[in-house]
Amino acid sequence: MLILTRKIGDSIWINDEIEIIITEVKGDQVKIGINAPRTIEILRGELRTEVSNANTEALSTKLPNFKNT
Amino acid sequence: MNIQTAFLGEIEIDESQTLTFEHGLPGFDDEHQFTIIPLEDDGVYQVLQSVQTPHVAFITVNPFAFTNYSFDLDESTLHSLSITSEDDVAILSIVTVKEPFSESTLNLKAPIVLNMKLKKAKQTIIEKSDFPLRHPISLGKG
Repeated sequence: MLILTRKIGDSIWINDEIEIIITEVKGDQVKIGINAPRTIEILRGELRTEVSNANTEALSTKLPNFKNT
Repeated sequence: MNIQTAFLGEIEIDESQTLTFEHGLPGFDDEHQFTIIPLEDDGVYQVLQSVQTPHVAFITVNPFAFTNYSFDLDESTLHSLSITSEDDVAILSIVTVKEPFSESTLNLKAPIVLNMKLKKAKQTIIEKSDFPLRHPISLGKG
């Protein structure tokens, strides 16, 4: 993993189209601004993890008994 | 071609109907090719079966048969699936199957969006919504 040290107001560019700006640091919280085209999907990591967990849980091992409702 | 499936043994699939998930699904990032196997004649239930990995298979449903559900597709989904017309879009929800089946849940937060024309699909996450990850299937239409 690439790790960069930045200060408030500093930014990082990815691929000439995504700009990530460190806007505020307070205690253990960091506020990050992202400028990106609307075609780029931006997600909080924990939300993706929740969906990943839900998918793993949904992995079926047998066909459901639909009649048993 | 023939593939091994999670529930139905070896089956023959039409490769032209294989769906491409360019980035896989969350938790299954390396699974890029899936096929849809209809389970009943009513078009409500189907298996979303990985072409590569037999045990990777999800029960999916047409969510609109179970709940009043609507959302806007975001730009990134439209772009990544090259969607140009609503007519080409289909939506599936992954079911977490429980015993009895009436206790199963639907994932309404992260539906599978398909471009049926181009056979491209992705699991999109509707971030700005209160849709649950586990919506009881038995609630039916509200």
